[in-house]
Amino acid sequence: MIRGWLFALLLLPFFAQAAIETAQFDDPDKEARYKQLIAELRCLVCQNQNLADSNAELAQDMRRKTYDLVQGGASSEDVVDYMVKRYGDFVLYRPPLRSATLLLWVGPFVILGGGIVILVVIIRRRSQQKSKATLSDSDLKRARTLLGEEDNT
Amino acid sequence: MKARFLMPLVIFLGLAALLGVGLTLNPRDVPSVLINEKAPAFDLPDLFDPQKRVSTESMKGKVWLLNVWGTWCPECWKEHAFLNQLSKKEGVTLVGIDWRDEREEAKAFLAKKGNPFVAVGFDPESEAIMDWGVYGAPETFVIDKQGMIRKKHTGPLYPQIWESEFKPLLKQLEAES
Repeated sequence: MIRGWLFALLLLPFFAQAAIETAQFDDPDKEARYKQLIAELRCLVCQNQNLADSNAELAQDMRRKTYDLVQGGASSEDVVDYMVKRYGDFVLYRPPLRSATLLLWVGPFVILGGGIVILVVIIRRRSQQKSKATLSDSDLKRARTLLGEEDNT
Repeated sequence: MKARFLMPLVIFLGLAALLGVGLTLNPRDVPSVLINEKAPAFDLPDLFDPQKRVSTESMKGKVWLLNVWGTWCPECWKEHAFLNQLSKKEGVTLVGIDWRDEREEAKAFLAKKGNPFVAVGFDPESEAIMDWGVYGAPETFVIDKQGMIRKKHTGPLYPQIWESEFKPLLKQLEAES
């Protein structure tokens, strides 16, 4: 009896269902481009997610459009152009280099450069101070006494 | 070097200013790129009669507004009374696209709350929506006599925006040939 139940339980996973979005391509190159595109295009309503990660309805629509375009023979640039034309640079996770995005591209390197300059200045100053630091004889003697290297008399 | 102790304060003020500006920006504000571009053509089945079509073609030579809505969108409910007022009192030509919706629900909604649209296209599969770069509802576009998109408004319409931004524009567009 109990075996029968256990066997029935074993069959349970077959009834589990998960919806997986499948995109069938006639060409592996198209599939690769599709995957790359949905990883690089940004969903507009979920903000910091790409099309591949998001399950928002708009992302689904945008994935389908990407699929249609790629399957229809459009190049990756065509798809990106289509999206940018409608949604602006906002859809790109890799923003193009232009005057408005210059700070975005150059900023990190400027900050890195500034950090290196400050580091070099500090190191130089320290080494200069070290070479200047000489003790007078009496100070040296006192230091030795404190360190217990000479007898206290 | 006397003012050295002021450095952290200066850095703090700089950061505060930077982050303060960041707070005033709306990260959801996506700049529209279709302005002054040719309006993408659509050809959708009519909400009330699937045999009929609603298309951009039939609106040629008119100044009209395209309003994207759906019964699932709470802002559209809020906006609806104002749309009714626009079409009845101001004589604005409104075309609707009912987006990602159930036909029966949308019909019931318009029957109950009034229908401000001269025609409503039914777009459950986001066919036309993608072409127009719509990413939320409601969105309203202004299209001129030449079939160019002249303005796009994201979010519900309300009287202040209408008076300050739409009304002068519509007047100007009507005067154009």
